Amino acid sequence: MALAFDEYGRPFIILREQESKTRLRGLDAQKANIAAGRAVARILKTSLGPKGMDKMLQSPDGEVIITNDGATILEQMDVDNQIAKLMVELSRSQDYEIGDGTTGVVVMAGALLEQAEKLLERGIHPLRVAEGYEMASRIAFEHLEKISQKYEFSADNIEPLVQTCMTTLSSKIVNRCKRTLAEIAVKAVLAVADLERKDVNLDLIKVEGKVGGKLEDTELIYGIMVDKDMSHPQMPKRIEDAKIAILTCPFEPPKPKTKHKVDIDSVEKFQTLRQQEVKYFDEMVQKCKDVGATLVICQWGFDDEANHLLMHRNLPAVRWVGGVELELIAIATGGRIVPRFQELTPEKLGKAGVVREKSFGTTKDRMLYIERCANSRAVTIFIRGGNKMMIEETKRSIHDALCVARNLIRNNSIVYGGGSAEISCSVAVEAAADRYPGVEQYAIRSFAQALDHVPLALAENSGLPPIDTLTAVKAQQIKENNPFCGIDCNDVGTTDMKEQNVFETLIGKQQQILLATQVVKMILKIDDVISPTDY
Amino acid sequence: MAVERLLKDDATEEKGERARMSSFIGAMAIADLVKATLGPKGMDKILQSTGRGRNITVTNDGATILKSLHIDNPAAKVLVDISKVQDDEVGDGTTSVVVLAGELLREAEKLVNMKIHPMTIIAGYRMAAECARNALLQKAMDNKQDSEKFRLDLMNIAMTTLSSKILSQDKEYFATLAVDAVMRLKGRNNLEAIQILKKPGGSLRDSFLDEGFILDKKIGIGQPKRIENAKILVANTAMDTDKVKIYGARVRVDSMAKVAEIEVAEKQKMREKVQKIIAHGINCFINRQLIYNFPEELFADAGILAIEHADFEGIERLALVTGGEIASTFDNPESVKLGSCKLIEEIMIGDDKLIKFSGVEMGQACTIVLRGASAHVLDEAERSLHDALCVLTQTVEDSRVLLGGGWPEMVMGKEVDALARKTPGKRSHAIDAFSRALQAIPTIIADNAGLDSAELVSQLRAEHHKESSNAGIDVITGGVGDMQKLGISESFKVKQAVLLSATEAAEMILRVDDIITCAPRKREDRM
Repeated sequence: MALAFDEYGRPFIILREQESKTRLRGLDAQKANIAAGRAVARILKTSLGPKGMDKMLQSPDGEVIITNDGATILEQMDVDNQIAKLMVELSRSQDYEIGDGTTGVVVMAGALLEQAEKLLERGIHPLRVAEGYEMASRIAFEHLEKISQKYEFSADNIEPLVQTCMTTLSSKIVNRCKRTLAEIAVKAVLAVADLERKDVNLDLIKVEGKVGGKLEDTELIYGIMVDKDMSHPQMPKRIEDAKIAILTCPFEPPKPKTKHKVDIDSVEKFQTLRQQEVKYFDEMVQKCKDVGATLVICQWGFDDEANHLLMHRNLPAVRWVGGVELELIAIATGGRIVPRFQELTPEKLGKAGVVREKSFGTTKDRMLYIERCANSRAVTIFIRGGNKMMIEETKRSIHDALCVARNLIRNNSIVYGGGSAEISCSVAVEAAADRYPGVEQYAIRSFAQALDHVPLALAENSGLPPIDTLTAVKAQQIKENNPFCGIDCNDVGTTDMKEQNVFETLIGKQQQILLATQVVKMILKIDDVISPTDY
Repeated sequence: MAVERLLKDDATEEKGERARMSSFIGAMAIADLVKATLGPKGMDKILQSTGRGRNITVTNDGATILKSLHIDNPAAKVLVDISKVQDDEVGDGTTSVVVLAGELLREAEKLVNMKIHPMTIIAGYRMAAECARNALLQKAMDNKQDSEKFRLDLMNIAMTTLSSKILSQDKEYFATLAVDAVMRLKGRNNLEAIQILKKPGGSLRDSFLDEGFILDKKIGIGQPKRIENAKILVANTAMDTDKVKIYGARVRVDSMAKVAEIEVAEKQKMREKVQKIIAHGINCFINRQLIYNFPEELFADAGILAIEHADFEGIERLALVTGGEIASTFDNPESVKLGSCKLIEEIMIGDDKLIKFSGVEMGQACTIVLRGASAHVLDEAERSLHDALCVLTQTVEDSRVLLGGGWPEMVMGKEVDALARKTPGKRSHAIDAFSRALQAIPTIIADNAGLDSAELVSQLRAEHHKESSNAGIDVITGGVGDMQKLGISESFKVKQAVLLSATEAAEMILRVDDIITCAPRKREDRM
C-alpha cells in the first residue's frame, strides 16, 4: 500500500488501520466489481420470461418465499457485496418507477458488464466505454420510440389492456388463471383511474389475501374489505344503506393531554364522578346515533360498557381498524374522518350500499365487506390460494399487473415483447455504431451485443437452442423489415409478437435501458475498493 | 477471476439440479413421514414437545403431526403449509394432501432424470389435474333432495373419516353423534355452536351428545342448584371493584373516617349495580369477569344463580344459544334482551360438577361430552371428532359425495391415463406420471393395512376398466369390494381440495431452480 511522507520523512496515515483493510485498485477493482455484478445477473437470468424458473428463498427467520419477481429475489437475498447491492438498488428502482421488468433490467446490466470486461481487457479506458454505452443507450432509446405503437383502448374496450396484463402474468406461477387475474387487475385499475388526467392512484387498490380456496376464487370487490369483525358478537352481520361514522377517538372517557389529577376526597365527589362517567358513555353513543349513523368504525378500542350501549342502541360498530384502512374507507364511502365526537355532523358520514360480515373455512376467520360505496373509487382485490407462499406470490404478480395497466393508462405507447424490442434495438445500434469515429465505436458495438443477451436468455429458458433462434429471428427482422419478430417462448408457431399479442409498455422498456446503462457506468467508474478485511 | 463473496457469511446457495434435488428429497421425506398414518389401518405417531414438561401427543392427524415438526428444508415447509391450510379450510384430508404432493414430486424426479424440463412437467400436471377434477365432477353424487339418503351419506362420510382415527372402534356411535350435532345446526355452518367437553374417566363409549349447553363452572355457594324456566342475563362487566374510568382519578383523603365513607359509597355503588341487575327480573346471572364475594352474597340473597368467570368463548356461545345479549350496562332493564332456557341444573360427570342449560331457545346448539381413559386419548378423540364435524359441515354446504377406499383415485387415474394417450409430445409423460401418483394412494392404503398392494391395486384397476365400477379397497376383508355397498364415502369438497392444493404445491416446488438460504438471524446473548 502506498505511503505518503511529510517533509521530515514521517509516514502520514491516510487510511486508518490500513493493515486491516483490503484494497483493490485499478483494473483489478473493475474486474472484481464486474464479476460481482455478473454473479447477481446470473442468478436472475433463469427467471426471465414465461418459462423462467422460480427461486426459493429462506429468510433469516426461517420463512420461505418462492418467487419469480426479480426485485423480491434480490431484496430477500441479503447480499453483502457492495456492487451486488448496487444491482439490488437497480432492480428496486425499476420496481418503484415501473413496477415490472425488474428481472430484465438486472440481466441487461449483467450483459453490459460482461461486454465491458472484454473491452477493458483490450486496454480501452473504462470512461470511454462508459461514454460509448451512454451514446448507444440514447440510440436505443430513440429507436424504441420509433418502433413503438400507440395502443388504443377505452373504458368500454378493455381487451387490449387485459392482453398486456396477461403477458406480465404469464411468467409467474399464477399463469394457470392469468386471464381471470388480468381481468381483475384491469378492472381494478380502471375503477380507480382518472382517464382525463391519465393518472392512477394505486394506493386506492387494496390487495388482501387469505389462504384457502383456490386461485380461481380470487375476486374483485368494488369496495373495501377489512380483516375485522363487529365489536359485539350479536350485532347485525349485514347492514343495508349504511351511514358510517368514521372515528379516530376511542369510546372511552377522554384523556386530556396535560397532566392532571382528579382527587377524590369526599363521598359527594365520588358520586359526581361516577355520574359523569356514565354520562360520558351515554353522550358518546347518543351523538353517533343523533347524526344518523348506522355503523361506527373506530380506530381505537371500546370500553365494555360503551360496547354494550352501542349494541343496545342498535348501532353496530367495528373497532381497532388500522389507520390506512380507515383512510381507504373514508375515501370509498365519501365520509370524513372525525377526531372528536363533538365534531360529528350528518354530512361527515360515509355511505355504503351494503356492509356485511363473511366467515371463511372451519376456523373463526371473519372479514368485513363494505360494498357499493358512494364513491366506488376504492377497490379491493381479494386473493385466495392453496398456501401462504402462493398468496404472497400472487400478490406480487397482481402488483406487477396493476403497474403495467397503470403505465398503459399514463402512456399508451407499447413495444412488442418476446425480446423483439431488444433485437430491433440491437440491429439499430449496430448499424449506428459505424458512424461514430473513435474508441466509442467499440463500446457501442458491445452495447448492441449486450442487448442480444435478453432474447438469448429468453430462448435458453424456453428450452430453445439460443444462438440458432436468435440469429434466425434477427435475420428475419432485417429481411422482412419487421421489428416485431421475437422469440417464440410458448411454442405457438409464429415469431411475430404482434400476432401473439405479447407486448410491454414503452416507458418500461426505455427505463430498463436507461437504468441499466446508468448503473453500469457507475460501476465502471470505480477504480478503488477499500473494505475492511474479514477477521 | 473468482467472484468475491456475494452473500453474507453463513448464507448458502444451491443451484439448478442440486436445488431441485434438495427440495425433492425434503418434500418426499415429509410425505414418507406421514405416509404411514394414511388409511383406516394407518399408525399413530408420538410427538414430544421441546417445551417444559416434555408433553407428549399421540396422534394420527397429518396436520397436527406436521405442525409440531421443526423443519429446516424450505420445500418441506411448503408441504407443511398446505397441510395446515387444508386443515383450516376443510378440516380433513390433511395427510392425503401431503402424500399426494409427495408422490407427484417423486414421479417428477424420475421425469427430471429423464431430462424432461420441469416446465413441461408442470404443463402436463396442470392438464392432468384439470382432467382429474372433471372426472370427479362427473362421478360425484348429490343426494341433497332426499333427506333420508343425505343422512345416510353423512353417516357414511363420518364413519369413513373416523375409521382412520382412534375412535374407529366406536365409529358408528361417534358418527351418529357427529351427524346429529351437525344436523342440529340446520345448514348454518357455525361450528361454534357445537361444544366439545373433555372429561377424563370412563370409556370412550360413555361419551354423549347433550342437547343443551354445558358450562364447566360451579354454582356459587348458597344459590339455587336448579332453576326451571330460567331467565338469564349474560354480562361482561366488572363485578369486583368497579373502578372509576375517568383518567387520572384517584382517592386522596386526609382522615381514616373519609376512607370509610368512600368505602361505604363504593359498596353502595356495587349494591345499586346488583339491584339494577336484579331489576331485570332474572334468576340467573352469568358474568365473564370475576364476581367478588360481596355481590355474590347479594345475588344469593335474591335467590339468583350467579356464575362468575365464564370464559370469553363460553359467554359468546351462551349468548348465542340462550338468545340473550351480552350486557355491560344495566340502566334500561326493559330493553335488554334476556336469554331463557327451560332448566338449569347442576350435573355430575365423573366427579366434576358442571352446569347444564337444557331446553335452550336456539335448538341448534349442543354439547358433546367426551369421556376417555387419559388426556391423550381425549385430545386425539377431540381432534378426530373435530375432523368429522368439519367434513360434515362442508358436506352440508356442498352436498356432493364420492365413494372412498381409493375409488376416487382410481377413477381419476383412469381418466388421466386416457388423456395421456391422447396427448402428443413430452407432456404426455407428465400426465402419465400424474396418474401413477394418484394410484399410489390406494397402494399406500393397502400397504399400511398389511395387504398385498401390488395384487390389490392391479385387481382394482381391472375392475375399474369396466364402466361405472364401484370398486375400492376393502381393508377389513383384505380384498376389492363394492364401496357403495360397504358404505364408504368421502366428501367431494375435501377430495377436490386435496387434488388442487397438492398439484399447486408440487408445481411450486418444481418451478424452483435456486435456493438461497439467508444466514440465520443471530440471537444476541444477553449476558
